Amino acid sequence: MANPFKRVTLFAGHYGSGKTNIAVNYAKLLKSTGKKVKIADLDTVNPYFRTKDSIKDLEKLGIDLISPAFANTNVDLPALPQEIYGLVQNKDAYAIMDIGGDDRGAYALGRYTPYILQENDYEMIFVANFYRPLTRTADQAIEVMKEIELACGIKFTAIINNSNLGKDTTAKTVENTLKIAEELSNKTGLPIIYTTCTEQVANQLKVPNLMQITLQEKYFDVKEN
Amino acid sequence: MSEKVLMKGNEAIAEAAIKAGCRFYFGYPITPQTEIAAYMAKRMPKIGGTFLQAESEVSAINMVYGVAGAGYRVMTSSSSPGVSLKQEGISYIAGADLPALIVNVQRGGPGLGGIQPSQSDYFQATKGGGHGDYKLVVYAPASVQEMADYTIKAFDVADKYRLPVMLLADGTMGQMMEPVELPDAEIKEYDKSWAVRGTQMKREHNIINSLYLNPEELERTNFERFEKYALIEKEECLYEEYMVDDADVVLVAFGIASRISKNAVNEARKQGLKVGLIRPITLWPFPVEPLKKAAEHAKGFISVELSMGQMIEDVRLATECKRPVALCNRTGGMIPSPEQVLESIKKMLSEVK
Repeated sequence: MANPFKRVTLFAGHYGSGKTNIAVNYAKLLKSTGKKVKIADLDTVNPYFRTKDSIKDLEKLGIDLISPAFANTNVDLPALPQEIYGLVQNKDAYAIMDIGGDDRGAYALGRYTPYILQENDYEMIFVANFYRPLTRTADQAIEVMKEIELACGIKFTAIINNSNLGKDTTAKTVENTLKIAEELSNKTGLPIIYTTCTEQVANQLKVPNLMQITLQEKYFDVKEN
Repeated sequence: MSEKVLMKGNEAIAEAAIKAGCRFYFGYPITPQTEIAAYMAKRMPKIGGTFLQAESEVSAINMVYGVAGAGYRVMTSSSSPGVSLKQEGISYIAGADLPALIVNVQRGGPGLGGIQPSQSDYFQATKGGGHGDYKLVVYAPASVQEMADYTIKAFDVADKYRLPVMLLADGTMGQMMEPVELPDAEIKEYDKSWAVRGTQMKREHNIINSLYLNPEELERTNFERFEKYALIEKEECLYEEYMVDDADVVLVAFGIASRISKNAVNEARKQGLKVGLIRPITLWPFPVEPLKKAAEHAKGFISVELSMGQMIEDVRLATECKRPVALCNRTGGMIPSPEQVLESIKKMLSEVK
């Protein structure tokens, strides 16, 4: 493995870039190497589609989920559970932190920043989907990255290219973004540690560090007959 | 840009509005539609448009009234409690015969209710949420692509007939992400010689107003307006039929409920049950004809709704109560599952024989 796991892994990016899904898949990957894993939902922005949607999956695998008590309820309150302090202070488990979208979501991370910087064993990952309308280019992505870094006080250390068009994703969809991802990597000096794809297109792609992810199926997704 | 991108329903509405030539957005944040305002706040200044976060929903709708009176494409968006606050202004806009787009990304009610998805503002949207005799054309999109397409269509229909149009979505539709194509819309120009944009001292001044001192005159405008509504009923009604021709049971559902219903129809067909779906795309005008036609062969109807049963009344009216109409519903932010819909299909089949 070119990139050994850090004690703390943070996922941030433009909202809707796929942070939560990547974080959950990353937690599973980490768990499969036999490590003790905890995942925290720090999203104070998004009312729907939370880490908590995967709670049964995570519990089955023995991954602890720390999630605001109000997640997926009607309480629209940006408060975080105290257990998250345990995550950054106790070093007995690998911690994965799913940060809310954009700079607005990243502000919530700020209060944990001193602990994370002091321990200095972290990976701060920018999740990029170049099919999102406000991060279509490397320069637009850099703009979002700068805003997030300013909001939370932690600089990005790596990039995951999670470019997809949901159910319409083909191998070509992913391939068409490789140049932009490379440009982003060159301009920021950060490595692309993974390019994600679903199982269906994985064997058609020749990309280093491919990360296979499963998408959450929702019952309101219309299935074609 | 007619390339595919991945968008939230809320973002698709905002970008489509810009494509349709809307350069004025007035709103006040409320979950689950805030992404519309957030997107507009980022985009409008870059294209010479105006984004303004008003001090309240009441204020926002009256800003819409003002810009609509000046004849420019304008919109506001909110979610259920916020749309209730806008009702007075919507009635004024309807009374002044002005084109505007109002988006309601519904959440659970009544009252502050909750932030999860709902369809319980159907009555408010289709029966005139404000006071007086008026109608809104109401579009009920069922995918992120349709959120974009019917936003563009809504601006056109609003201009064509000079009336406020509503896009009625729900929290899930607003928050979910799907691939979407946003082709450059062809913006039709309509005569706006009625607008108040300054006379240049060259013509008599126009008046935008909904107050009539003379009751005969008010009655006359109401009669005229309803002639326009009759034309809209004839010209603008939209719906989708899915496996209706031989169906014993016909589901009626719009928006997110129609997606679940479609999955239930597919499952029922696999089990050999003759089930179909009629999906109203315009809630007003309501697709009366296809329902009336289906009532000739179907044994029963099921209205699938995220409410305590509101559209079901229009289903009964359209089918003239010729067949039983059952309700399959969840409310308060909950969504019916395809299994629940299938269950109620089987129940209906066992009862109607």
